[in-house]
Amino acid sequence: MKWSEFFTSSVGKKFVMAFTGLFLISFLIVHVGINACIFADMVDPDDNGEMFNKAAHFMGASYVIRLMEIGLFAGIILHIVQGYMLEAQNRSRRKEGYAVSMGSKGSAWYKKSMGLLGTLILLFLIVHIAHFWVPSRITYETTLSEVSYNGNAMHDVFSKMVEVFQNGYVVILYILGCFSLAWHLLHGFQSSFRTVGVHNKKWLALVQSVGIGFSIIVPLIFALMPISIFFGWVTNS
Amino acid sequence: MEHYTMNLTLKVWRQKSSKEKGSFETYKVSDISSEMSFLEMIDVLNERLINEGKEPIAFDHDCREGICGACSMYINGRPHGPWTANTTCQLHMRAYKDGDTIVVEPWRANSFPVIKDLVVDRGAFDRIIAAGGFISANTGNAVDANATPIEKDKADAAFAAAACIGCGACVAACKNSSAMLFLSAKVSHLALLPQGGPERKSRVLNMVQQMDKEGFGACTFTEACEAVCPKEISVTNISRLNKEYLIAGLTEEK
Amino acid sequence: MLNSRIPAGQLDLKWTDYKGHCKLVNPANKRKLEIIIIGTGLAGASAAATLGELGYKVKAFCFQDSPRRAHSIAAQGGINAAKNYQNDGDSVFRLFYDTIKGGDYRAREANVHRLAEVSANIIDQCVAQGVPFAREYGGLLSNRSFGGTQVQRTFYAAGQTGQQLLIGAYQQLERQVSLGNVTMYTRHEMLDIVMVKDDKGVDKCRGVIVRNLITGELERHFGHAVLLCSGGYGNVFYLSTNAMGSNVTAAWKAHRKGAYFGNPCYTQIHPTCIPVSGDHQSKLTLMSESLRNDGRIWVPKKQGDNRKPSDIPEEERDYYLERRYPAFGNLVPRDVASRAAKERCDAGYGVGSSKQAVYLDYAAAIVRYGKIECGKLGIDNPSAEVIRKHGVDVVKEKYGNLFDMYEKITGENPYEVPMRIYPAVHYTMGGLWVDYELMTSIPGLYALGEANFSDHGANRLGASALMQGLADGYFVIPYTIGNYLADEIATKPISLDHPAFVETEKAVRDRIEKLMSIKGTQSVESLHKRLGKIMWDKCGMARNEQGLKEAIVEIQQLKKEFWSDVRIPGGINEMNPELDKANRVADFIELGELMCKDALNRKESCGGHFREESQTDEGEAQRDDVNFKYVSAWEFKGESEWQLHKEELNFEVAKPTQRSYK
Repeated sequence: MKWSEFFTSSVGKKFVMAFTGLFLISFLIVHVGINACIFADMVDPDDNGEMFNKAAHFMGASYVIRLMEIGLFAGIILHIVQGYMLEAQNRSRRKEGYAVSMGSKGSAWYKKSMGLLGTLILLFLIVHIAHFWVPSRITYETTLSEVSYNGNAMHDVFSKMVEVFQNGYVVILYILGCFSLAWHLLHGFQSSFRTVGVHNKKWLALVQSVGIGFSIIVPLIFALMPISIFFGWVTNS
Repeated sequence: MEHYTMNLTLKVWRQKSSKEKGSFETYKVSDISSEMSFLEMIDVLNERLINEGKEPIAFDHDCREGICGACSMYINGRPHGPWTANTTCQLHMRAYKDGDTIVVEPWRANSFPVIKDLVVDRGAFDRIIAAGGFISANTGNAVDANATPIEKDKADAAFAAAACIGCGACVAACKNSSAMLFLSAKVSHLALLPQGGPERKSRVLNMVQQMDKEGFGACTFTEACEAVCPKEISVTNISRLNKEYLIAGLTEEK
Repeated sequence: MLNSRIPAGQLDLKWTDYKGHCKLVNPANKRKLEIIIIGTGLAGASAAATLGELGYKVKAFCFQDSPRRAHSIAAQGGINAAKNYQNDGDSVFRLFYDTIKGGDYRAREANVHRLAEVSANIIDQCVAQGVPFAREYGGLLSNRSFGGTQVQRTFYAAGQTGQQLLIGAYQQLERQVSLGNVTMYTRHEMLDIVMVKDDKGVDKCRGVIVRNLITGELERHFGHAVLLCSGGYGNVFYLSTNAMGSNVTAAWKAHRKGAYFGNPCYTQIHPTCIPVSGDHQSKLTLMSESLRNDGRIWVPKKQGDNRKPSDIPEEERDYYLERRYPAFGNLVPRDVASRAAKERCDAGYGVGSSKQAVYLDYAAAIVRYGKIECGKLGIDNPSAEVIRKHGVDVVKEKYGNLFDMYEKITGENPYEVPMRIYPAVHYTMGGLWVDYELMTSIPGLYALGEANFSDHGANRLGASALMQGLADGYFVIPYTIGNYLADEIATKPISLDHPAFVETEKAVRDRIEKLMSIKGTQSVESLHKRLGKIMWDKCGMARNEQGLKEAIVEIQQLKKEFWSDVRIPGGINEMNPELDKANRVADFIELGELMCKDALNRKESCGGHFREESQTDEGEAQRDDVNFKYVSAWEFKGESEWQLHKEELNFEVAKPTQRSYK
């Protein structure tokens, strides 16, 4: 079997979705870990984003990580493109539909709405990239201020965050984004493991419970970031 | 058990042939006993249609004891009707009450074209089995049946997968019209047994290829198939199939 | 006239000798020989697969939408084999002997011995194909005992043994399809055989006319030989445990063309079925005989007792099988158990609203198993509740799927209330007469499995039908057909434009057109129901001369009515299930008449055939070996006209005795 055949069969396409999905899940862990540094300000009011800015600087300055970033974008794009293609293909398998739909008889709505949830996340992602990635990676000369810790100068990404999350509508948008992510993960996390072949009951139970925990905790921490800044729990002063 | 009679409104898909367009017809049926099976209720209606000089509703059915897999009605938005672990022929009218409206449709999937009324063509399933759903053991070659002991748990799991009746409810329920539950049941059945070992890789690759050729969709683990399966085949089998496919695809030499 | 072609020699060496001396066809010639197989149940699918493997060109036909749906799939209990894995004294001879005795000494010794010999190979073959039989914790195969035997020789796969065996054979069949050795025709029904004279002037079966059930088109197919594996004819009774589509048409067409019909009156009435609930009933559902291993059958001692079963105290219950047959108790063979139930119900002791049912009670088994479990778990002085809980778990593990099925159909919970059961038509021992090689009286036409008459005599033992179907298909026909085809290698495929094909197709077309042109007032179903009632009342579990004579007249009358007043909607050149059904019912009506004739002729009682005139003082069946130790093979001579040929049965090894299960 050629590689091209392997990845283009219906099962192979799902492998692509699952592996990229798992890769993106691993990215989420890094992302949430680094961004959670802003909460240092809640413990030490003098932190003012120092820990976060240092972490962001580390991520931005390392060439290894910049290379991985390219991989990340490739993964995201593959996940999105393959996802849409699969969705379109799957939908075309039933030209004449039912008069009475199954609704939620048999499977939960979010399991059947991965395309919709993914689209919501994509929309959010575009805004999110425009808010942070573009200013900090492309237009940083005009969009970011500088800050210096112990003589080490770096971009003040934290101030950018505080600035963005002053807008209530933006905060609501981010919370909705996190909701979509939570539902998407709730199915995607365990489903990707099952797609790549986890069928042993013991492991399946583990994957399922970790999956539920992950899909609640990670989006929740993400959501707390704009909320904390908006309500002034995390501040620049 | 209290028995009762009821009057019902049926909306049934009627389609003269695969070439003609179909539509719903509405029928009122009365004095239906709660002891009847669903198909006996259709029998009563058909008998009346014949007496009225009309064509009876065509539907697939044979054993009427839930094992042959012929019956295939999509009833009020659910393959085989409201009961779990059940086929249409084993559905009984005590599931309904007086005045209910019941909508009956054929299985819907491009790979299951309608032949007439509620009858669809499920030949794709046979072709998937022909692509590899077997162990090549010519008659006369067998060693003694007890020569290879098989772990009871594995034999039981193989049986649970082999219990599939090939009715196609999984495809009918799946939003993607995927046949993965059907396919995985066969792959699991044979992969769990030592006898299935020699053809393990080629089997899964060929069967998936045939499934794709037949135009079924991919599995997105919505689990609707498992919920409607009359034999309660588990979606775990799909994971096992995927594992088999992954290993086979990566290690097969050709 | 009748030559059963049983090889000479010692009984246990006949088959070995035969195999050593039968003619063979070389592989190059096999490719040129075409075989047609009608039906894809255990016999048909296994034959198609095996003959395909051997290199013959096979065409297989079934009326269902897939070969996997043949009614063999519904067999629940198991398959017998003389493996003696349980070390309980089983052997080929014992299986042979049990089968002959169980069949009430009306089967052919040589055939039955062959069946017992190949039984062990079947299990090996099925395991090699991946049939997931039940196993013990050590990984070896598990066995259970079945009604009418005292050894554990039944292999099973939960309550779905038939399904698993058929899926095994079906997979082998599909494999041959993928290899191009078998061409499969689904939704095709055989409507006649085609006879062509060979150069010596002998009429041979050379093909079939089939109808494509989707388009209605008639098709001609040539074959050097034709195998009928079309199952039994229990649906002549309208209500039976057979599938709705099971029919006699293929066998009947062959019969009308000259194939003798063997022992048509031998019908098996299965004792444990779910009783009829009303006029709407379309079919009956069997509950595996294995239920009798643990369940106790009883009726109230008082006639017309309307109390709930739980309100009837132990001393007011009549466990009539245990009372009448202390040695075998609830495990007596099917015919005996069925008649005993009928006797009780007829005498007014029946239960349920219809009074046509007896109780099958698991309360005692639940307590028994519960106590054993508590012992295993070391629970001292368990309460009745704890015992019950553990007992229910054991029963669920063993019979769960059957109990669930009962509950689905009746809406009653059998763990709480005793099940109600009543006998129902289940299997037909009779069928096309065949010789030792499974060839009918028409050269080139074979009958396998339930479609033939050969192995079960007047009563079939539990778990023997699956054995016979697979024995015929996997291990008998591959040898015996070669013996015929070896002389056919010079026969070139006959053109489908041969007058025999054209004429036969025309006759089939004419008949269909005639049926469609009647445009009467009665539905096929209603006429079938009436036939069933006549058959059940007068040619059912008990028969007598007067009833049978009446039945013959009534059936002839019904036949006239059918051909003048049946109403078939729809058209000919389209899918038309009513027309399919009409074709079948027309044949059932003719068969019903022959069954009554045969039952009338056989004045003795034997196995499933109980003539009220021939019973012992205790009401048991009384065989008459002096006058009736023969197979009745009926030759069709014209409408309502048959000639009886007798094939004398010789018992050299298993000497006939009065069957006793007391």
